Formats: sequence, structure tokens, C-alpha cells
Amino acid sequence: MATATATANLPRRKLSQGTRHTINGLLFASPWIFGLLVFWIYPTLASAFYSFTKYNGVRNPTFTGLANYIELFTKDEEFLAAVYNTVYFAVVSIPLAIIFAFGLAMMLNAKIRGQVVYRTIYFLPTLVPEVALALVWIFIFTPHNGLIAAPFRAFGSRGPCWLTCAEWARPTLVLLALWIIGQQIILYLAGLQDVPQDLYDAADVDGANFLSKFRNVTVPILTPVVFFHLITSVIGALNFFAIPYIMTGGTGFPANSTLFYSIYLYKNAFHYLEMGYASAMAWLLFMFTLVVTLIIFRSARLWVFYAGGED
Amino acid sequence: MQGAKTEMAVESQQVQADFARDHARRVMARRLRGFGRSILIHASLIPAAFVFTLPFLWMLSTSLKPDVQFYAYPPVVIPSPFQWSNYPDAVKFITFFLYLRNTLTIAVLATIGVLISSSLVAYSLARIPWRGRNFLFILTIATLMLPFQVTMIPLFIVFKNLGWVNSWLPLIVPHWFGGALYIFLLRQFFMTIPMELSEAARIDGANELKIYYSIILPLSKPALATVAIFEFIARWRDYIGPLIYLSDQEQYTLSLGIYEYQTQYGAEWGLLMAASVLITLPIILLFFFLQKTFVQGIALTGIKG
Repeated sequence: MATATATANLPRRKLSQGTRHTINGLLFASPWIFGLLVFWIYPTLASAFYSFTKYNGVRNPTFTGLANYIELFTKDEEFLAAVYNTVYFAVVSIPLAIIFAFGLAMMLNAKIRGQVVYRTIYFLPTLVPEVALALVWIFIFTPHNGLIAAPFRAFGSRGPCWLTCAEWARPTLVLLALWIIGQQIILYLAGLQDVPQDLYDAADVDGANFLSKFRNVTVPILTPVVFFHLITSVIGALNFFAIPYIMTGGTGFPANSTLFYSIYLYKNAFHYLEMGYASAMAWLLFMFTLVVTLIIFRSARLWVFYAGGED
Repeated sequence: MQGAKTEMAVESQQVQADFARDHARRVMARRLRGFGRSILIHASLIPAAFVFTLPFLWMLSTSLKPDVQFYAYPPVVIPSPFQWSNYPDAVKFITFFLYLRNTLTIAVLATIGVLISSSLVAYSLARIPWRGRNFLFILTIATLMLPFQVTMIPLFIVFKNLGWVNSWLPLIVPHWFGGALYIFLLRQFFMTIPMELSEAARIDGANELKIYYSIILPLSKPALATVAIFEFIARWRDYIGPLIYLSDQEQYTLSLGIYEYQTQYGAEWGLLMAASVLITLPIILLFFFLQKTFVQGIALTGIKG
């Protein structure tokens, strides 16, 4: 009797278990479903709408069609400067960051003494709050008097003008960004420690030298880490904000050479209250980010090596 | 025959001895090469370490300097005398404790919120088989690609209409609805816990909340710790959030307060650097005590790429 009812109930229980899973799944996910709708999906759509309007955030937006986009590309020199600076920053700083982080991780992985100490030290700058970092850099990079000028003064020179002249400000910021690669170093180091030793042993048996081991074992195995680094740092570079904003007070001084895309967008939104215009900038940034990441993803099959097929 | 045999034995002995000597020489050479190599490596790692610590060391050194030594040439590395008064002055003039209270309130409340919400959502995605969870997961990853500027303006308008601008609410409340990166991180971790544990508990009649609370969470302490530290530090360092939403100086966080002090009073480097040390030190201490959690967390976010 008891077994009979149990088996009779089984199909119904199974069916209700599926429903129960759905209900539970939705309940547990409900904070995020709400969050996605309110903090992500709605604002994304709203900003698409604002981008076709003139809107100061107080009065109702008035529809202006493509006017914002046309103005950005045809009349706004500051916008073009911001695009140039941001692309410059991304194109110069990302490859350098990859090379430095990879190189330092390689050296750290060479089973040397004090690996943990070095790793900690390299990681330190990424812990310092951006405000503190920006302030100490302003101080260090004070032209002619700052700490950075000391080695130049030793040779009787006054050194470059660093952040105070247009031709030096951009490269200086690239240089500063190289200070914050601790996370990437840790990622590469973790990747290197995952390289199976038998691959190196096999290469040794074949008489491979350091360079060919590096090219044929280390680099391929680490390409997924480079890929991850590339994607995150492209997004990071396009959003570069706090440090240049603090260092220049958001002015883009000198001669708009430190006016980055995010800074100009922020200024349009909250200083000039051109929220429609800023939304157009935000959507252009979004589209650009999408295209670039898509290209990187597409290119991945050409150069990213995944051990074990498609893990 | 005999002679040949002894000859062979002698020869093999000879070969063995040669081999041993050769081997010893090779080991020696390898050791020497290893030694040379490690010296070369240290010779490049040490200058790099110097460069990486420089900002923090200079911050520390300047925080103890009297005004006249800021731009001294040759640079003063160890100030004399130590101007300890920079610290109490910084705390007093930058109203450090007020900003500290504000920052801690925001950071702690946001961290609690993000822990609870993200772990619930990750539980749903990793441990409950339901239709649509893959779609939700893909949406979650997609938000990681979305530049924050896209949502920045409409969110500001929403919070303005709610009357929340110039309060801490916009900096805390969104975190109570989950964070994409943390959901991803916790989901990956939860998936490594054997499903049999959940199934056995279900057969025993435990409901999902009970399984979440008494099985999954206790097994996930390292991952939860990572999320808590990352979020706390992110809120502690956050600059643009407070910049957008806080306009009343009473509400400022440390980052914003120190920046505002600099824009108002300019280059009082002794005080500014003392304040900078004070906001940096807690994070560095956290890092030293929880280094393993940090490193694992960073590696976790980088898995799968």
C-alpha cells in the first residue's frame, strides 16, 4: 500500500519538483533580476533615448533626432581631442602593460628567493586609493622641483615639463598607468604556475633552448591570460577617469591633452548639464567598446590557445 | 674470456667514473648558471621593486616633513626632524574622522548587501536547475562589458527623482541587488561543491534556503571573504560615485574629502600626504593579513578569461 502510493506520487512529485526549482530559482535570483531591470536595463534604454534629445535633467527632454551625434563629430573639437587622448592612452599603455606584467611574472616564476615579497611589493600601488596615488604623483612630478626632477638636476638639466605641457602630459600618464599592473602580474604568475612541467621536460628532451621553450610552450599556454588582460584593460582604458580627473581637476589641462573621454562625458553631464549630449557620448562609447571587444573575441581563435580543446 | 671480462669490467668502471665526473661537472655548471641567472633576475627585480614602492615611500616620507623640505634639493628622504604634527593637523583640518565615519558606513553597508544578494543569486545560478538561468547568467556577464557611463545619467535622474541625491543611499542601495562580478565569482565557486550534498539534503526534506544557509555558505567561506574584501576596498577607494552623488561636505567620503581639501587649500603636502597615508594604510594592512584571499580572488576572477 505504502509503496503503491509512493510510486503513484512519483510522477507528480517529479513534475512539481521542476516547478519548485523554477520558483526557488526565480526567488533566489529576484534581487538581481530587479537590480538588472532597474540599475542596468532601464538606464541603458533611457540613455539611448536621452541621446536623441536635448535634456538638462530638470525639464522634460526635447527630441532633437541625431543632432547630438552630428554635433559631436562635426563641431566639437574637445570631443575629438578626448577621443584622440583616450585611443592614444589605450594603444600605448596596454601593450606596455602586457609586456611589463608578463616579463615581471616570468622573472618571479623563476623559483627565486623572495617571490612572495616581490609580488607583494608589485601589488602595492594597486591598493593605494586613486586620490592618494594621484596626489603623490602630482607632487613627485612637479616639474623642476619634484622628486622626478632630482636625477635631471644632478646633470644640470631641469628635466621635462611632465604634466604641465601638452607634449609630455600624455606619455606621463601612460608611464603612471604602468605602476598599476599588480593584478595582471598576479594573473600571469598564476598562469605560469599552471604550465604543466612535463611540457618543459618534453621540450628539454627535444633539446629546445630557452627562447624556443618560451615561444612554443610558455606563450601559447598564457595566451588566455593575455586575452583576459587585453579585454579588461581595453574597457579600463576607455573608462580611465579618476586619476587624470584628480590630477588636473578635470580641466584637461594643458591644452586638452589630458582630457579623456570619461572626463569630457562627465563634464557634459554634470558641469554643463548637457545630459542628452553626454548620453550620446555614452552610447558611442558603448558601441565602440562592443566593436573592439568583438574584434578581440573574433581574433581569439587565431591566437588564443586553449589547452584541452575548448575549455 | 676471463681477460675480456675483466677488461670490460674495468672499462665499464672507467665509463662510470667518467660519467660520474661528467655529471658532477654538469651539476656544478648548472648550479653556477642557476646562480648567475638568479643574480641577473634579482638585478632586474630589485630596481622594479624600488620603482613600485616609490610612490608609497615618498608619501610616507613627505607626510613627516616640515614645509621647507618638500622641494629640497638634493631630495630629503628621511625628514629631520620628524614633523609628527602633520598627522594630528591632517586629521583636524581635513575633518578626517567625519569622513572616516561616512566612508565606513557606506563601505560596511554596501559590503553586507553585496554579500547577501550576490550569494543568493549565485546560489540560484549554480545550485538550482531551472529554465532561464543560463540566460540570466549571460545577461549578468554582459553587464560587465557595459561602460558605467551608459547607466550613469539615467540612474542619476532616477535617484534625483527619489530625492536620494546628496545622501549615501545611491552609494549603498544598488549593492543590495547584487554585483555582476561577485555573482560570477561565487557561481564559479558554488559549482565546485558536489551536487550530491544538495540532493541528499533535499531528500532529507531540507528546503533551498536551508541548504544555502547551512551547507553552501559554510563551505564557501574563502570565496565569500574574497567578495567581502574586494567590495569593501572598492567602496573605500571609490571616487566617482561620491563625486556624482555627494555635494554636502558633511556627507563626503575620505577620497572626496581629501581631494576637495587639496582643491581648496592647495599644496599643503605634509597634511595631504599624512591623510593619504592614513587612507592607504588600512588597505595595506588588510592585504598583508589576508594576502592569500586576495591572490586567490584575483586568480578566480581571471579563470576562464
